[in-house]
Amino acid sequence: MAFGVYVHVPFCATRCGYCDFVTYALGEWGGATLEGYVEAALGEIGLARRVLGGGSQVNTVSHVDTVSQANPVFHVDTVFFGGGTPTMLRPEALVRLLDGIRDAWGLADDAEVTAEANPDSVTGETLARLAGAGFTRVSLGMQSAVGSVLATLDRTHGPENVTRAVEGARAAGLDVSLDLIYGTPGEGLSEWRETVAAALVLAPDHVSAYSLVIEPATRMGAALARGEIAPVDPDLQAEMYEAADEAFASAGYDWYEVSNWAREGHRCRHNLGYWTGGDWWGVGPGAHSHLGAGEGRPATRWWNVKHPLEYGERIASGASPEEGREALSGEQSRIEAVMLGVRLREGLDAAALPEAARDALPALAGDGLIDEAALGEGRLVLTRRGRLLADVVVRALT
Amino acid sequence: MPADPNSPASTPQAVIRNFCIIAHIDHGKSTLADRMLGLTGVVEQRAMREQYLDRMDIERERGITIKAQAVRLPWKVEGVDYTLNMIDTPGHVDFTYEVSRSLAACEGAVLLVDSAQGIEAQTLANLYLAMADDLTIIPVLNKIDLPAADPDRYAAELAGLLGCDPADVLRVSGKTGAGVAALLDRIVREVPAPTGDPDAPTRAMIFDSVYDTYRGVVTYVRVVDGGLKARDRITMMSTRATHELLEIGVISPEPKAMKGLGAGEVGYLITGVKDVRRSRVGDTVTGAARQATTSLGGYRDPKPMVYSGLYPIDGSDYPDLRDALERLQLNDAALSFEPETSVALGFGFRCGFLGLLHLEIVRERLERESDLDLISTAPNVVYTVTMEDGTSTTVTNPSEFPEGKIREVREPVVRATVIAPSEYIGTIMELCQERRGVLQSMDYLSEERVEIRYTLPLGEIIFDFFDALKSRTRGYGSLDYETIGDQAADLVKVDILLQGEKVDAFSAVVHKDEAYAYGVRLTDKLRQLIPRQQFEVPIQAAIGSRVIARETIRALRKDVLAKCYGGDISRKRKLLEKQKEGKKRMKTIGRVEVPQEAFIAALGTYDEPQAKGKK
Ligand SMILES: Nc1nc2c(ncn2[C@@H]2O[C@H](COP(=O)(O)OP(=O)(O)OP(=O)(O)O)[C@@H](O)[C@H]2O)c(=O)[nH]1
Ligand SMILES: C[S@@+](CC[C@H](N)C(=O)[O-])C[C@H]1O[C@@H](n2cnc3c(N)ncnc32)[C@H](O)[C@@H]1O
Ligand code: SF4
Ligand SMILES: [Mg+2]
Repeated sequence: MAFGVYVHVPFCATRCGYCDFVTYALGEWGGATLEGYVEAALGEIGLARRVLGGGSQVNTVSHVDTVSQANPVFHVDTVFFGGGTPTMLRPEALVRLLDGIRDAWGLADDAEVTAEANPDSVTGETLARLAGAGFTRVSLGMQSAVGSVLATLDRTHGPENVTRAVEGARAAGLDVSLDLIYGTPGEGLSEWRETVAAALVLAPDHVSAYSLVIEPATRMGAALARGEIAPVDPDLQAEMYEAADEAFASAGYDWYEVSNWAREGHRCRHNLGYWTGGDWWGVGPGAHSHLGAGEGRPATRWWNVKHPLEYGERIASGASPEEGREALSGEQSRIEAVMLGVRLREGLDAAALPEAARDALPALAGDGLIDEAALGEGRLVLTRRGRLLADVVVRALT
Repeated sequence: MPADPNSPASTPQAVIRNFCIIAHIDHGKSTLADRMLGLTGVVEQRAMREQYLDRMDIERERGITIKAQAVRLPWKVEGVDYTLNMIDTPGHVDFTYEVSRSLAACEGAVLLVDSAQGIEAQTLANLYLAMADDLTIIPVLNKIDLPAADPDRYAAELAGLLGCDPADVLRVSGKTGAGVAALLDRIVREVPAPTGDPDAPTRAMIFDSVYDTYRGVVTYVRVVDGGLKARDRITMMSTRATHELLEIGVISPEPKAMKGLGAGEVGYLITGVKDVRRSRVGDTVTGAARQATTSLGGYRDPKPMVYSGLYPIDGSDYPDLRDALERLQLNDAALSFEPETSVALGFGFRCGFLGLLHLEIVRERLERESDLDLISTAPNVVYTVTMEDGTSTTVTNPSEFPEGKIREVREPVVRATVIAPSEYIGTIMELCQERRGVLQSMDYLSEERVEIRYTLPLGEIIFDFFDALKSRTRGYGSLDYETIGDQAADLVKVDILLQGEKVDAFSAVVHKDEAYAYGVRLTDKLRQLIPRQQFEVPIQAAIGSRVIARETIRALRKDVLAKCYGGDISRKRKLLEKQKEGKKRMKTIGRVEVPQEAFIAALGTYDEPQAKGKK
C-alpha cells in the first residue's frame, strides 16, 4: 500500500473570511516563527521515522507505540505540503523539509510531490527551485476569476497573479492544479461560468471546485449570523456544479471525485490515498494522520495540537504532538470506506456492501442517484445528480 | 399545633361547621385558606407558605389549585369550641367537578369575589352549583387591600345577584388577614350544623379518593349518619365489597390518625385497597355489620370533553407511557385513555380530558414524573356520525371519521356564560357569531356589566375562544361553560396527504365553511416545516377525494459536503453520524422523511394559544 506524507504549514499572510483551516495569519502567530516551525516539523519527521521505520528508539514514543515496527521498509509515494499557505516558507525551507522526508524514508522514483500555493505568493523563480528539488506539482488557490468575488472572499491576489503563477509553473515543468470556489455570496451563474472558462483557458492538469461552506466560527459565518450576507443558495450551487462538470468534461477533464477533475493521468494520488483508506503521516500543527489496521492494532486516526508554539514545545521536549486519536472499529472503518469511496469515479463494489445497503440500491438507481449501467456490472457509481446528493446516498447505505 | 379541643368521633354535630370556599379562578381562595390555617393555629407562622394547600409542584408553579383540599380547623366563638371543616376548591372550569364533589360534603359555601374584578363567569357557575345543593351562601369580597378594589360597587353587584343587603357582604383581605376572623365567626353563626342521625346505620359519602405510593388508596369521606371507628369492617354500597379500616383520621392540615369519625365529620380512611376504582368517588361507605339500606346520592363521573392522542417520541417508551397513564389515572378519574396506533406517530393512546388545561397538566406530569418525551395530536371533541344506513359511530379520533354516505354529524354543545363590561357587548356578540353561537339571553349585573349567555359548539370554544375573548375585551371578559347536549352540524373531515399518503395525525373535523382555511393553513405550515427531500413532495388537504388546498416542497438538489476536507476524515464521519442520528428521529410517511419536530410544531398550533395560561 502506498504511503503518503502530509506537511501542514499553518501560516497565511491574512486570513480569508470564510476559512476555518488550522492557520494563523501574520500577527496572530503569538511568538511562533517560521524557522521554529521548520525545526519542529523536521523533528516530527524524525519521530515518524523512528516509529514507522523500526529500530531501537521506537518504544519511547507512546502515542504511536501501537504501530511500532509495523513496517520496517517504507518509501514515500506522495508528499503534500498544504496549509495555510506553504509558500509562506521560503523555497529553501520547503526543500529542507522535503529533503528531511527523503532522508527518513526515501522517495519513490515516481513520487508525487505537491505544494499548495496562493497565486500571489510564488514567482517563476520559486517554482523553478521547487521543481529542481523534486517537487512535481503545484496546487494554486485561484478560487475565482472575477474581481468582485475575489474581494468577497478576502483574497489578496488578482486574476493576473494566477496567469503568471501558471506560466511560472509550466516553465518549471510542474503539474498544475487550480482550486475554485463556487457559491460565494453575490456570485451569479454567469460569473461562475466565467471563472470556469478562465480556469480552462489556463489549461491546468487538474481542477478542484469546492462549494463555499460558511462555517459558523469564521468572519463570514458571523456576518451571516448578523444577516449582513445572504446564506448560500444550495439550488444555485447545484446549478453551478452542473455547469462546471459539463464544461470540465467537454474540455477533457473527467471527474474522479465529487469535487475533483483531471486530465488523463493527472489525478492527485496523494488525495486518492485519503479516499481509499491509505496510510499517511501528517506532520505539523493540526495535521491528521491515518494508519490502517495491522497486526494486533485497529485502524487509527490521530491529529496534532493546533498551535505552532505548543507544537514546537512538545517536539522540543521530546513529547508527542498528538492532541487526540481514535481507534476505528470495524464498523467505523466500513462506514468511512463507503462515505469516501462512493464519491469516487471507481465507486464501490456493490457485492461487498452489507445486505441492507444492497437492498437500497434499486431505489437509488430508480431515483437516478446511481448509475444503472455500472450497477449492472456490480459497481456503485454516482450519477451527476447523485454526486450532488452524495450524502443522501451515503445515509441510505450506512 | 394546639390540641384540638373537640376530638374526632366524639364531637357533637352542633359544634361542627362544614363549608367550602368557591370563586372564580384567582380570586384568592387558597390565600384566604392560608389565613384560616394561621388564625386557627393549625399551621404555625414559621411553617406557613403561600397557598399552603396547593401541594403539587405543578400547582405551585402555575399558581393555581387543581385538587380540592379539606382541612379540619378549631375555632372558638363566645367561649364555645367549634370544629370547622374547610375545603379549598379549584377555580378553573376544567376542574368544576372537584367543586361539585366538595359541595356535597358541606352545608355552607363562602362565595369569594375579588373586589377589583367583581363577579365573573365561574363565580356564577359555582354559585349555581352551591345553590342547587341547597347550601348556605356567605358572600365575601376579597383583596380589599388592593388600590384598585371597589368593594362598594361589587357589594352592590353581589347583593343584586343574591337578593341580600350590600351591608351583608363581608369584606376581607386574604393577604393582610383583615376581616378573616369575623368571617370565621360568621361561618359558625350562619352555616347550619350537620343534621345526620348519629344512631342510624353508618353512611359516609366518598368525595375524593387518592392513590399514595406508601399508603395505598386514601379515601376522603364525609360521615352523614352513624360513625366509623378504626378496625371497623366497612362495606362499599355500590359493589358490596367489604374492607377493614386500617386507619382513619383527619387532615389538619397533615393527616392524623384518630380513633374514628362521628356523624357530620370529615376525614380520611385507609383500607389497604390499591386501586381507587374500588373506592370510588360518589360511593357510600356503610358498616359491614349494620348496613344502611339506601345509599347517599352519588355524583356523575366527569365526562371527557376533549380528546387528544399522546405518543412517545421514542417508540420504545410506549410501555412506560402506559404505566405512567395508569398511575396518573389512579388519582384522576377524569382521565381516560385507550391504546391507538397512528401511521405517522406509531403506538400511543387516545386520551380524554376535561379541557385543555387538564390535557396540559396531564401531559406535563407524564413528562416530568415519568421522564417521557411526548407528542400530543391536535385536541378534538367527540362526534357522533350517523350513516345513511342508520349505523352510527362515536368518533374520538378524527382519522376514524367514517367515509361514505353520511346522514348526520352531531357535535357537543355548551351553554357559555360571558361576563364583561357592557361596552364590549358588540365585540363579544361578533365573536360568538363567528363561532356559530346562538344568543340565549343577556342580563345586566349592574349598569356597566353584563352577563351574556350563548349556546356554542364545544369544538368552537375549547381551543382559542378564551384567548380571543380576553384580547377583544382587553382582559375584562370571563368565560364559563357547561355541556348541555349535542346538535347536528355541517362538519367534514379534512385529511392531509403527503405525496398522496394520508397522514392520520393531521386529520381534523371542521365546519364546512372553515375547511378551506384550515387546509390552506396546515399545508402551508407543513411546507415550511418539512425539509426538502430529493424528490418533489406535494402536500394536499382534501375532503374525501376532493383536494381543497395544495402546496409543494421542491426537490432538494444538493446534499453533499463539497468542501476541501483534507485528511480530517473523523470530522466528516461525525457529521454523517449526526445526520444519521437526526434521521432516527424522522418518521417516514410513504417515502417522505418527516422530522418529529415538524409534527410537534404543526400540531402545536392548536394547543399553544390558551393551554399555557389560566382562566
Ligand atoms: N392584594 C391581594 N392579593 C391577593 C389576595 N388574595 C389573593 N391574592 C393574590 O391573588 C392571586 C391568586 O390567589 P390564590 O389564592 O392562588 O387564588 P385562588 O382563587 O386559590 O386561585 P385558583 O385556585 O387557581 O382558582 C395570588 O397572586 C395571590 O397572592 C388579597 O387579599 N390581596
Ligand atoms: C487548504 S485550503 C488552502 C489553500 C491556499 N491557502 C489558498 O487559499 O489558496 C484549500 C482549498 O480549500 C478551499 N476552501 C477553503 N475554505 C473553504 C470553504 N469555507 N468552503 C469551501 N472551500 C474552501 C479553497 O478552494 C482552498 O483553495
Ligand atoms: S489563504 Fe488559504 S489557508 Fe489561508 S486563510 Fe485563505 S483560504 Fe485559508
Ligand atoms: Mg387556589
